[in-house]
Amino acid sequence: MSETVSDEGGILTAPHVLEYPYRRSVGPVLGRFFTELRAGKLVGVRTQQGRVLVPPQEYDPETGAATTSDFVEVGPGGIVTTWSWVTKPRAKQPLAHSFAWALVKLDGADTAMLHAVDAGDIARMRTGMRVRPRWRAERVGHIHDIECFEPEAAR
Amino acid sequence: MSDEQKPVTNIKTPMRLEYRYSAGIATSRFLHGIAQGKILGQRCPSCKKVYVPPRGSCPRCAVATEEEVELSDKGTITTYAVVRVPSENIDVPLPFASVHVLLDGADLPMFSVVQECPLEKIRMGMRVQAVWVPKEQLGPTLQSIRYFKPIDEPDVPADQLRETV
Repeated sequence: MSETVSDEGGILTAPHVLEYPYRRSVGPVLGRFFTELRAGKLVGVRTQQGRVLVPPQEYDPETGAATTSDFVEVGPGGIVTTWSWVTKPRAKQPLAHSFAWALVKLDGADTAMLHAVDAGDIARMRTGMRVRPRWRAERVGHIHDIECFEPEAAR
Repeated sequence: MSDEQKPVTNIKTPMRLEYRYSAGIATSRFLHGIAQGKILGQRCPSCKKVYVPPRGSCPRCAVATEEEVELSDKGTITTYAVVRVPSENIDVPLPFASVHVLLDGADLPMFSVVQECPLEKIRMGMRVQAVWVPKEQLGPTLQSIRYFKPIDEPDVPADQLRETV
């Protein structure tokens, strides 16, 4: 029997893991974003009004109109527009030590995207700080191809 | 990265929830019974129905159930489904049949799988019996019952299963 089953006064408890191994179709626009990520590049898409959405979307959330087919390379650096510090990361989060979830507005983008910032210490975090991606060596076409962002001043 | 790679069309987005499940008093007694190769149900004092696995109360009468009833490991298939679609979390070879088995003496069918039987022979009313793991491997888990297999007994008429389907 699994040693993880415990018996206290006859009452049994055991781990129960509910897991959905989903695979999600991304469509042509996000598909382009992930394809470029795999190649180590960040792209957004231009709206009909000329704004650059990152990650790219099929429709402009402000007008509802279809975006253009103009993909624009952005970043790799950017600024933190808002953030929240994670003191004790959970098992599947991007970093095993304390980090910030942050919205990062990449250079050339008009919108910010969510990612982790590895600042080491909450004291180093501030809105408006400049960050850059830390790329994984092995990339598969997934948001985790960027391990996290890190302060530009770090190097 | 090579430019010849195909464009990305989908991504993995797994969801995972980690719980610690407590079986409670009634189901724990049931599981301790399973560890001894016995199947224990509980009878409702009001409607007299026998529930297995027992949950400690009757969902119809909303009263606590305490009387324990040992059940046979033989039963009748009340309904079934043939699983042909693979999933990462299923380690039984495909295709297989998942079934509801109404154990003799019980009023609520149990969920299990049927093996040692061609899929096209599986039917409502078919008589089956539990195949247990070897005695030294018995434990307080439903995995102690590996599956149900057909036995040479006449089918139960569908009419008699009406209440449990």
